[in-house]
Amino acid sequence: MRVSDFAVPVIFVFVLIYGLCRKVDIFSEFTRGIKEGLQTVLDIFPALFALVLAVGMFRASGGLEFIAFLFSPVMKLFGIPQEVAPLLIMRPFSGSGAVAIYESVLAETGADSYAGRVASVILGSSETTFYTIAVYFAATKVKKTRHALPSAMAGDMTLWILSGILVSLWFY
Amino acid sequence: MMKWVFAGLIAFSLIFGSINGDVASVTEAALSESQNAVTLSLTLCGVICLWSGIMRVAQTAGLTEQLAKAFKPILVKLFKGIEPNGKAIGYIVLNITANLLGLGNASTPFGIAAMRELEKEESNSPNQIGSEYATDNMVIFVVLNTASLQIIPTTAAALRLKNGSAAPMEILPCVWAASLAALTVSVITAKILSKKRRRLTAGRIPKNK
Repeated sequence: MRVSDFAVPVIFVFVLIYGLCRKVDIFSEFTRGIKEGLQTVLDIFPALFALVLAVGMFRASGGLEFIAFLFSPVMKLFGIPQEVAPLLIMRPFSGSGAVAIYESVLAETGADSYAGRVASVILGSSETTFYTIAVYFAATKVKKTRHALPSAMAGDMTLWILSGILVSLWFY
Repeated sequence: MMKWVFAGLIAFSLIFGSINGDVASVTEAALSESQNAVTLSLTLCGVICLWSGIMRVAQTAGLTEQLAKAFKPILVKLFKGIEPNGKAIGYIVLNITANLLGLGNASTPFGIAAMRELEKEESNSPNQIGSEYATDNMVIFVVLNTASLQIIPTTAAALRLKNGSAAPMEILPCVWAASLAALTVSVITAKILSKKRRRLTAGRIPKNK
């Protein structure tokens, strides 16, 4: 029994009981939420389809392996399995692209392999950094983002390095 | 941007396929990956619906506001000189809470509103070095968003399950530790660089303009 076994059911029970105490019609709210979820899936489906297709073709051609090989010296330096390299490259730009590559890493190496776990930690603990910076500053008149990008990248690189170390410590 | 990634991946798959003498697999992938895209979306559909349902209950019950109240004191400290009861911090708090709960759809509109309010609020403050330049607080806020705060990494868990993981959520502690470390490093870097860069740019920018 680990903390990770409890996280999800505890959140469910807590939210539902809290809702009942606040006299919320939890069943109809839950189903309304599902409808919203369905809409979200419809919204992301076209981009996800396009990128799964493109990444899948690229993988079949041996392209992903080539990129992994190209970046393997840097990856070794960070202690990250080289299969994860394409994920690191795509992650800051596109959420759908990262999901497409992540899926391909898991399909190739298995979800519970070392590479699969490291990829999972990276996907779970990072964001679409470049995209986020672009969208947020586009809402303002700011042209010079100053130290936003270097600070964000410092965080991203921290978790690249840590992902391998943490997975080794926790699982092996 | 994405048009280049898309075209690049497909064009290079033809090139690499030709070099490796295996264009047949590329063709096969085009067909099988279209199917895979649908399966993948259905997998994600399950977990996204489940989470939207739970989080909809949480929102209607006022749990988000409750959480936001709890986080506010910490967040006010992070943003130097921010109006503690202003609109900007209000949106910031809602954005961060939505991020923690994994409400992607809700967090971005709050985030954009927060950026606009920060811009208004700080246009005459000593934090501002020119309207073309990001303020320190804008940078801190953006950095909080480029770090992943999501407590439950639902997408990763769903795809782990799809790919035969025995325990899809076993990565949680590692994800939390990595997120927290990345966030801390980002914020500290932002704080350090803000002083350094300010000194560097101070000479170049006319004051009070």
